[in-house]
Amino acid sequence: MIKLTVNGREIQVPKGTMVLDACQQAGADVPTLCYDPDLKLAGSCRMCVVEAKGRPNLMAACVSPAENGMVIETESPDVVESRKIILELLLARHKLECHTCEKDGSCKLQDYCYRYGVTDSRYAGQGAHFGMEDPNPFFKRDYDKCIICTRCVRVCDEITGAQAINVKERGHHAKIATVFDGKLDDSSCVFCGQCVMVCPVGALTSKVSAGKGKSYQTQNVLTTCTYCGTGCTFELNVKDDHVVGVTSVRESEFSPVNKGALCVKGRFGWDFIESKERLTTPLIRENGELRPASWDEALDYAANKIKAIKEKDGPDSLALFSSARATNEENYLAQKLFRAAIGTNNVDHCARL
Amino acid sequence: MAEEMRVLLEYADKINPESADEYVKVGGYVGLEKARQMEINDLIQEVKSSGLRGRGGAGFNAGMKWSFVPKNAEIKYVVCNLDEGEPGTYKDRIICEKNAQALLEGMAICGRAIGSNQGYIYCRGEYPFTVKLLKNAIQSAKELGALGDFNIEVRMGAGAYVCGEETALIESIEGHRGEPRFKPPFPGVAGLWGVPTVVNNVETFACLPSILTKGSAWFAGIGAAKYPGTKIVTLTGDAVNTTFFEVPTDYILRDVIYKLGGGVKGGKKLKAVQVGGTSGSFIPEQNLDTQIDFDSMGAIGAALGSGAVLVLDETRDIVDIVTRISKFFEHESCGKCNPCREGTFRCREIMEKINAGKASQKDIDNLLLLTRVMQKAALCGLGQAAPFPIQSTIKHFAHEYARKIV
Repeated sequence: MIKLTVNGREIQVPKGTMVLDACQQAGADVPTLCYDPDLKLAGSCRMCVVEAKGRPNLMAACVSPAENGMVIETESPDVVESRKIILELLLARHKLECHTCEKDGSCKLQDYCYRYGVTDSRYAGQGAHFGMEDPNPFFKRDYDKCIICTRCVRVCDEITGAQAINVKERGHHAKIATVFDGKLDDSSCVFCGQCVMVCPVGALTSKVSAGKGKSYQTQNVLTTCTYCGTGCTFELNVKDDHVVGVTSVRESEFSPVNKGALCVKGRFGWDFIESKERLTTPLIRENGELRPASWDEALDYAANKIKAIKEKDGPDSLALFSSARATNEENYLAQKLFRAAIGTNNVDHCARL
Repeated sequence: MAEEMRVLLEYADKINPESADEYVKVGGYVGLEKARQMEINDLIQEVKSSGLRGRGGAGFNAGMKWSFVPKNAEIKYVVCNLDEGEPGTYKDRIICEKNAQALLEGMAICGRAIGSNQGYIYCRGEYPFTVKLLKNAIQSAKELGALGDFNIEVRMGAGAYVCGEETALIESIEGHRGEPRFKPPFPGVAGLWGVPTVVNNVETFACLPSILTKGSAWFAGIGAAKYPGTKIVTLTGDAVNTTFFEVPTDYILRDVIYKLGGGVKGGKKLKAVQVGGTSGSFIPEQNLDTQIDFDSMGAIGAALGSGAVLVLDETRDIVDIVTRISKFFEHESCGKCNPCREGTFRCREIMEKINAGKASQKDIDNLLLLTRVMQKAALCGLGQAAPFPIQSTIKHFAHEYARKIV
């Protein structure tokens, strides 16, 4: 175990613990922008700088291993000054349109400016303007709001494995881009939206949810995605009894299967919920026309037809084709029904490529 | 030139730097032979006791650095930093052009000490002729069998200043963006392709053969006690002799400029000297009687750095020069960390405003505040050192700024 002092409080942490975690253990809330517990460390935003006694420079808490005898101050005048200036530098390049920004209320830059009383930037001047609009149906990419934390780059590489984006150019001109800075549609992007999930500011937002409600206006309902049998967990964002978006829950406790990761369908394909073309009741075809029916009537109808076919032509004249949208358990029951009750081995499934 | 002390450059222009045979005739590869016969711990101890400190700018004890390399690691690498990106610095090129075999021998000695048989030389993109020279030199040494089983490969940079920073250099060799890594882990533990790697400067490696041949005590007795040996300095700017000199490290800056450098061109007065390259501090006339060793330069708020000496005469406009320097850093910032990416950009903006006569004292205060944060909070040496020219000139040449503000 390692003994160290954080803000005057002595704590013990196991060897290999990072200063950031040690600070959290000691009850200190150290701000971070580029840090993400699920991704490789970057140590680049420098928001988590803390003062370690006896060291000439401040240290980034997220990438510094805790050492025996360290004396850490997380809000010393030097630390606060640095964080304020870093925030001012970010504000100077950040397009300030909080009133219409989808991230208003859940933006880390906004939260930290509030926390440190940064109202304005003394470094506002010229600057690179990217104005990237990408003609895809899912993400709004506004790199005039980007703070180059590279969480999107890392999540795309490490979680999704698509490696669709990286940093292009150097210094102040650095920006997130696809290969040859083309459209996302022409890249290896699969539009899973993990980048939107990890973006701490409003640089990446959902076009599908745009204008439909800010995070503090919605009620989030934890549920399971119905698109396939994987069983990913997500939250439906509900406003005025309408679904206006999908967000992820990343904690294993609530999202044991996907830990927040989703695919394009789960994250962006929820507009069918209120589609007028959606079937909301079973239909029975009579004289070439479909008419609404109750579940009991429809199931009886299907059961009678199956029985009749089996009696006339034998069980092997019937086959089951089941769906990947059903769970393993449901698929098991379906094949059991056909093998045991109907008596055929004609069982197939759409996901047996 | 009588006061030069040539150790690395002893046989400059007397032997063909590409030829291992000619190098052997003047006593070359004896040091490596000696190293091979020594116990590893004794070899590292010998380098430690020589007091040899990194010549790239950080001044870390070379033997100490080697001793951090885990003994049991299966694969280890020796990397030579020949990125030489500091404007005004050309000592590493001179070493290669005059004594390339000493660099190869030094790398092989390091390989012996840490248990590595693979070395890489990372050469700056602007030196294609040096790459050619080194490849020929390696070929010649191989043909002679001088390097034994130690292999050396030359890799070329693409012109990024930040790749002189050892971890950015490693990223570049690996084929990634030239961006520094956070430390720890230090390269000695996890460097090139994640394995223990020693990165040293050309001049550091080139010192090793003579340390082994003549002994650590001999080396430790040259120059300043805490930064022993010789240092190659490269003069640029308004000096009469804008060339390179090898001097013992207790040599004073004034003598570099006035004795070896022949003073200021045209009999003009000296205004300032910038030592260590573009990231170095500006030194006013009253501090010229300082030894050029690492610690003495540090004591006057400057840095020896790479050993570049830029002489500025009385007619030079300090604010204009620093504005250009700030533009250089804006261009060379890799963009990884916030303080440097945004800071170097805003420094350039404010410096241009000052230089154009449009700034107020408030702008200078904002600039000083920004540079203080960059120095304390930036990820690597680039962002931490970019403020030095600004801070040192505001301190020593305040009147030049005062003249331009409104």
